[in-house]
Amino acid sequence: MRLEARADLPLALALAAPPAAALAALGLCALPLLLAGADPLRAYGLILQGAAGSLFALTETVARAIPLMLTGLAVAVAFRTRLWNIGAEGQLYLGALAAVALGTAGLGLPPLLLVPLVLIAGAAAGGVWMLGPAWLKVRLGVDEVVTTLLLNFVVLLLVGMMLEGPMQDPMSLGWPQSAPLDDAALLPRLIERTRLHWGLIVALAAAVACWVTLARTATGFEIRAVGANPRAARFAGMAVDRVMLRVAVISGALAGLAGAVEVAGLKGYLTQDLSPGYGYAGIVVATLAQLHPLGVLLSALFVAAIFVGADSMSRAIGISSYIADLIVATALLTMLLAGLVTRYRIRRG
Amino acid sequence: MSEALDILLQASFWAATLRIATPLILGTLGELICERAGVLNLGIEGIMTVGAMSGWLFVHLGADLWTGLALAALVGMTFGLLHGLFTVPLGLSQHVTGIGITLLASSIAYFTYRVLLPDVATPPRIEPFEPWTFMAAVPWIGPVLAEQTAPTYLALALVPATAWLLSATPLGLALRAAGENPAAVEAQGLDVYGLRIGALMAGSALMAMGGAFLTMSAFNAFFFEMVAGRGWICIALVVFASWRPGKALLGALLFGAFDAYQVRLQQAVGAEVPYQLFLMLPYLLSIAALVVMARRASYPQALMRPFVKGER
Repeated sequence: MRLEARADLPLALALAAPPAAALAALGLCALPLLLAGADPLRAYGLILQGAAGSLFALTETVARAIPLMLTGLAVAVAFRTRLWNIGAEGQLYLGALAAVALGTAGLGLPPLLLVPLVLIAGAAAGGVWMLGPAWLKVRLGVDEVVTTLLLNFVVLLLVGMMLEGPMQDPMSLGWPQSAPLDDAALLPRLIERTRLHWGLIVALAAAVACWVTLARTATGFEIRAVGANPRAARFAGMAVDRVMLRVAVISGALAGLAGAVEVAGLKGYLTQDLSPGYGYAGIVVATLAQLHPLGVLLSALFVAAIFVGADSMSRAIGISSYIADLIVATALLTMLLAGLVTRYRIRRG
Repeated sequence: MSEALDILLQASFWAATLRIATPLILGTLGELICERAGVLNLGIEGIMTVGAMSGWLFVHLGADLWTGLALAALVGMTFGLLHGLFTVPLGLSQHVTGIGITLLASSIAYFTYRVLLPDVATPPRIEPFEPWTFMAAVPWIGPVLAEQTAPTYLALALVPATAWLLSATPLGLALRAAGENPAAVEAQGLDVYGLRIGALMAGSALMAMGGAFLTMSAFNAFFFEMVAGRGWICIALVVFASWRPGKALLGALLFGAFDAYQVRLQQAVGAEVPYQLFLMLPYLLSIAALVVMARRASYPQALMRPFVKGER
């Protein structure tokens, strides 16, 4: 018996890998749950109930998945070209900052104009920001992993500075919080009396756009070619650096859009805890989806369900909701293994 | 202006410099060992976090300080092993695995902390390492050294030790060769996988000790998000140091001095300038160091390249 690399991956296997990885992660995380004194099956039952046990729970899960879909797309597009953008967290906050700046300016525009403007501003802020590390990478050879990671901390401090300074809500009694967005800047709710908003449509549209771009356009072909083999791509006459920069802008814009959508759709104002690590979770979402834009939608729902469900489980039996972070991190690693397994097959003889 | 210069003459400033530099020295040495063997270890941030938590935890549960530090190193080593299994024999992406290790290690740290202390508002403190005053009588630098704890001396001693190990021993040569030309190492009949996994384990142990310094000597308690990017800064420092232990020490000390200086300057300037601007400086400085050094950097040739036995 020996291992042999597969020439191409059967669709069924590609589709089976993420659920298998997710199940393996849940299985592995039964151990810490046991050690914490919980019955894992009961805990997982409560997580499922909390995430999908009622219409309201479902809408909460989908609402939580919206920013994860967008940061997941941001990471997936970048990783496709092996541009290691680990800065989605920072780009998300910059997008939110731009959305707040525009949404609280009292421009007096009708919603039909103001909402798109707010979203575009958020995307632009994220995209322009990501241009910096990408430019340093292609021009000066500075590793983008470290720069994007370090910039996350810079942006968080910048947000703190703005929320305690020029952008602080005068009515907030000293809390570091922005003024609420004008009503005309808010994304409407999809279902009344829930928190599910039109950001879902934005995220779905972004996913489809990414998928079509990657699979059906010349740009997408270049992106995939550069990711597969930059030297071959350069030899084929592609402007590899320009492709990288373009991908960086798209990736940053998607993460920025996540921030703008979260502010305009869910929160209505900006605080320093807008994102509980959506940018980093985007890496898990993208990996679980094997960097496929449509797969991102499903894996974002899974990650969101774990987080929403764990919150409700934690309220019920008092087990720390950090179990969600643990499950999600484990799923990232099991998915790497699952991806490896699907790339090989066992040959007898 | 004279205030800004006065800071440089205070013993407390130089003492703080060494204190701030200690976790960075340990983390940078750890990352450097991994990278010299050819593996980028992005697990560093999480390994420092879990090191900080476990060192604190073992002491909180009754271990003495050195046992706690050793156990923290052991925990770090375990994560290094996991990283190694993924990236070395299996050849999985070092970027994604590293981020995965960071997410896993920090979530294990946070989950464990919350399970053991479900509703504690103020983090329990431990009795930290005492300053080691045996060098207090040394002229000029005595007052600075007298404020340092034993782990700082350990970190300082590890710099020449690592340099010697890498440059003057057969093991160090093999380790460096594994990062430059693994095929040649294999041709020598040495085990590339073993060398790389060993480097990851040793390096991760140092990272965890760097994290443990935060809870066992600097802050005396564990806080969420307390590592605050120090791991990422260490990765930048490795590039700044051109993968050399001596320069890594220099980089960590420069960084420590800068950080200690900005804190004091912040107090001198007062509230006119937002304090966040000062806090941004260390991160921006790391990026600036990367930009300056990137062109001159000579990466280990096989860094981030998985090695497949018998393949060219």
